[in-house]
Order: sequence, then structure tokens, then C-alpha cells
Amino acid sequence: MTFRNTLALMAAVLCLLALVLPMGNVAGISLSLWDDTGLLFFALVLIAAATGIISGKLTGRAADILMLVLPHAGAWYLLARLDIADQDLQSGYWCLVMASWLAAWIFVDQLSAKKPKTLSLQRLYGVVVPVLFGVWLLLLWEILVRGFGVPTVLLPPPSMIGVRFAASTAILWADFQQTFLKAVLIGYALGCGSAFLTAILIDRVPFLQRGLLPIGNLVSALPIIGVAPIMVMWFGFDWQSKAAVVIIMTFFPMLVNTVAGLSISSQMEKDMMKTYAAGYWQSLIKLRLPSALPFIFNALKINSTLAMIGAIVAEFFGTPIVGMGFRISTEVGRMNVDMVWAEIAVAALAGTAFYGVMNVIERACTFWHPSFRNG
Amino acid sequence: MSGKTGPVIVVVCAIIGIWYGSAVMLNTAFQKDIYARGNVEWTTSQLITDTLAQERPVLPAPHQVAAELYKTTVLTKVTSKRSLVYHAWITLSSTLMGFGIGSVLGILLAVGIVHNRSLDKSLMPWIISSQTIPILAIAPMIIVVLNAIGIQGLLPKAFISTYLSFFPVTVGMVKGLRSPETIHLDLMRTYNASNWDLFWKLRWPSSVPFLFTGMKVAIATSLVGAIVGELPTGAVEGLGARLLAGSYYGQTVQIWSALIAAALLAAVLVSLVGLANKVVLKRMGMAQ
Repeated sequence: MTFRNTLALMAAVLCLLALVLPMGNVAGISLSLWDDTGLLFFALVLIAAATGIISGKLTGRAADILMLVLPHAGAWYLLARLDIADQDLQSGYWCLVMASWLAAWIFVDQLSAKKPKTLSLQRLYGVVVPVLFGVWLLLLWEILVRGFGVPTVLLPPPSMIGVRFAASTAILWADFQQTFLKAVLIGYALGCGSAFLTAILIDRVPFLQRGLLPIGNLVSALPIIGVAPIMVMWFGFDWQSKAAVVIIMTFFPMLVNTVAGLSISSQMEKDMMKTYAAGYWQSLIKLRLPSALPFIFNALKINSTLAMIGAIVAEFFGTPIVGMGFRISTEVGRMNVDMVWAEIAVAALAGTAFYGVMNVIERACTFWHPSFRNG
Repeated sequence: MSGKTGPVIVVVCAIIGIWYGSAVMLNTAFQKDIYARGNVEWTTSQLITDTLAQERPVLPAPHQVAAELYKTTVLTKVTSKRSLVYHAWITLSSTLMGFGIGSVLGILLAVGIVHNRSLDKSLMPWIISSQTIPILAIAPMIIVVLNAIGIQGLLPKAFISTYLSFFPVTVGMVKGLRSPETIHLDLMRTYNASNWDLFWKLRWPSSVPFLFTGMKVAIATSLVGAIVGELPTGAVEGLGARLLAGSYYGQTVQIWSALIAAALLAAVLVSLVGLANKVVLKRMGMAQ
């Protein structure tokens, strides 16, 4: 039995259970699936589709289209069901939630099994599958939190966070400016830049290389975030102290990686540069820096997340009344958890975008590297 | 000096020298202030000794930090709240718990990713982007929320360590479980090996070196997670709490000693994992 058939079987069993189990109570009156035409229709179609999949009759494009539409239409009905006030959802409803999730998984499984011929189609699938996963994460979060009536103080549903996000863009933008545009970007540029220059200096002196590398490796593993209170003491509450923390946090990963990258070119390549009568700088710029690029970008990517963390955590130790870390710590205190989550969403978006930009630049600069070649 | 020891010692000495130099420079302004207020005549040598012996210096000198470390570890009873060993133990326990859960979770995720193609395609990008979310930033909220639903003590802090430490293990293990060459996989197939045998007899053993590489990174990040997780608990106990308390009361020597203690702890933990790596690989006959 293939994995897809197992999923289909489980979905069908859950739908059958939903047909007999109670779905919920509205104002004291017990309801079953037979009282909700939309969901009943969904369950019946899903059972039919699952039988089709297990018996091998439902394949190809028809299966794709059906499994794309079906679970999402089901999720739509399930979400709509949540809006009814004064209800108590019971096992039948949760069976349907599970079934629609499994149906979506069948769709993902079908997509991942495809071997697209063109590059653009391949990229499209590469994006659609993880996006679907994210969408279902949000859907399940919303349904579970609202269905079980989790207090919003503990975990607000995504829709509430979205509303808060849209309503307070001005504050979020100000925080983003303070933390990301000032502290993170400036600290990141200075930290990575100075580490890069230091690495080139060290590279000329083998003694320093042997002495500093083990220490650099050690320091990269240390909890450097701990210098945050000291930096706040030295450089004051504004963004300068946060930038200082970011500089220290990003320095060592960049240093260690750049030095390692500069020593990667082989003796044969170096000899060839010598036969061309290339000087130190020529061989550095034409041979050793390009071959160090994968290492340098590795450090730049690691640092992009470290920089965000450094700047935000440093704000816990004292800050003017603006900034992402400040907002998170004060809104937690005021139990405005939806605002905190909106801030987290900003941080996550900024972090992912930062990482993504580094990735794009890396691809443009190191297109020649084996790991990016296709086929 | 062709080895590593000589250069490392020289560099360490240079760092300590720079540290002393900066301590004198940074503390001079305040010391001069004291002299001016007390109308004390001062000489340069006296200035230097005084700057290195302030009670709340801007930058404490190495020997001050060492003295504080000695005082709070050796001279204080281990059970006392003033003992750094006590605080380090609090941090260490949540680090280890988070590291343990994170490693197991990381391995399970990797096994799932390697064996199920839809997990591979849908989960892997999210695992990578999960680390671009500054989890440390939301650490206080996680702790407050978990406290609210009655989960207290170690688990909330360990949760943050878990979140940080599962990632390197997962990435390493996915690489490791895929590291057997096609020729080995084919050989197993000719033996009519089941997926179960394939996993336990080929994939798992060949992934062990990758597992340890991942765990070395994981234990370091897990310590960072534990320290930051202690910040919002209101400076009660743990190395992170010592940092926060030190920054509230301007006790720079305390901050620095907590920082050095954390650094030592990290170094010990990483080298322990490294040692375990060597022993295990030797036993498995994989040591080079």
C-alpha cells in the first residue's frame, strides 16, 4: 500500500466517522453532520475521492484538480462553521478537520511525486508545496485555537493577528525602522565588513592565522549575546548600542568563514596564477576571493539571522520607547499578545526577506559553484 | 613556532594586554573625577593601579573578573544563591534538557524527511525559515504564556533551547542519512534488505559523524537559548539572571564573571560533545 493510499484510507475512515459522530451543540441542541449540507457534501465527495484513489481509478490531472479544490473548499466550510456563536464543537467536526488536512496532504504528495520537464514548472512546484504547508499551518492554527476556545491571551488566532497587524502599521513601521534599518543593517555592514578586512589581513600573516583561528572558532560557539548589557551600558540606550552588539555577534562567524574560504583554492590553481606572473593582489582578486565566495555567503547568511536576534535581545536591556524588542517586552507585560505576534510576524518577514536577499545575491555571484548547477 | 599552541598563547596574551589597556583607558575618566572631587594629588602609576581596582568599573580588569569568579565559585557554598556554580547548574540543566529534546526531535524530523518525499518538499524550506525567525526575541513571551497555563520551571526555558538546537541536528542528519552511496544502497537491495534493515544497518551508522557535527553546534546554541530564556523570569536564578541583575545594579564585575562562566561552560560542553564523537567513532571503527 503506497503512502498516498494510506492517507486516502485514513481520510475516508475519518469522514465515515464524522457521518455518525455528533458534530456539536448549538445552544443546547445536538447537531450532526446531516444538519449541515455543505459539510455533508464535502464529506461524501471526499469518501468518493478516497475510494477512487485507493482503487486506482482517480489519477492524473483529474486527481490533481479534485484534490486541489476539495480540501480547501472543505476548510472554507469548516472555518465558516466556527462563526456560529454559542456552540460546542465535538468529535465529528474534528474528524472532518483531520480528513481535510489529510486530503491536502494527498495533494502535496501528488505534487511532490511529479517530475516536471521544464525548469519554470519545477520552480513553481518548489514554491507551491511549501506554501501549501504554510497555508495549512495557519488554517489548522485558526481552526484549533477558535474551535477549542483557547484564550486569546495565550495564543491568538492568525486572523486576529492579521487584523492587529493591519491596524497598527504605523507603530510597526517605526519599530522596524529603529531596530532593523538602523541597528541591524548598520551593525551587520560594519561587523561583516570589518571581519572581512581582518580576514584578509590575517591571511597575509600565517602566524596570526594559526593563532586567531582556534580562538575565533571558540568565540563563534560562545553565548556572545551576553555582552548586550555591557554594550547598553557603554553606548547608551539608542540604536548605537544595539549595532555594537550586532557587530560583535557577526564578526567572528564572518572572520572564521572568510579565512577558511581564502585557504580553499588548491595548490595547482595557485601555481597556475604564479605561472601567469600574478602578484598577491591579482591572485587574491581573480582566484582566491571568488573561490572563497561560497564560504563568505555562508557566513553572511548565518549572520543575517544572528543580527536580528542580537538587535532585538539587546533591546531587552534598555532602549528608547521604540523598537521591536521594546514593543515585544512591553506588550507582553500588558497582555496584548496579538500585538506581540504582529511584531513577531514583522521580525519573521524581515528575517526571511534578509536571508532570501542574501540567497539571491549568492546565486548571482556564485552561479559557477557545483551546488547550483542543474543536472 | 610552527604548531598551533605558540601562536594561540601569543594571541591570548595580546588579548589580555589589550584588555588591560582598554580597562585603564575606559576607567580613567571616572577615576580622575574621584581625584578631582577629593582634591587628591595623583601620579600616573597611582592612576593606573586605581583604575584597575574600582568597585564598579566601566570595564573591569581581567584579574578583578578572575577574583570574582574565584570568590563566587570556590569560596562560596555551592548551594548559596551567591554561588556562580549554583547559577551555572540552573542554566546547565535547562540547556541539557533542551539539547536532549532538540536532538531527538531533530533526528525524528530528519528520518521523516529522508523517508517521505512530501515531507521533504514541504517541510525542509520551513525548517530553514524557522531559524530566520528571531525566536530569542519571543522567548519572554513563550515563558510568560507557558507560565500562564501552568508550565513552570525548566520546560519553558528548555523549549527555547529545543527550538534553537533541533535545526543543526536536522540539517546534519538529513545530509548524513543521505550520505550512503548508491553502490551501498544497491548492495543492500541485492541482500533483499527491508527499509528497516536499510535504515539500521546502513543509513543510521553512516550518519553518526554528521549527527555529532550537528550536535556540537546544537549544544552551543542551546546554551544561548537557556541564557536568554532566563532574562524574562525576572532575574531570579541562572547565568542569564546574573547578567540581568548585574545590568540593573551596574555590577559590571558580576556581568563579566557571568559572561566568562557562560563562555567556559560553552567551551566545556562543546568539547564534551567532541570527545563523545571521538569515542563513538572509534568504537564504530570509523575513526580516521
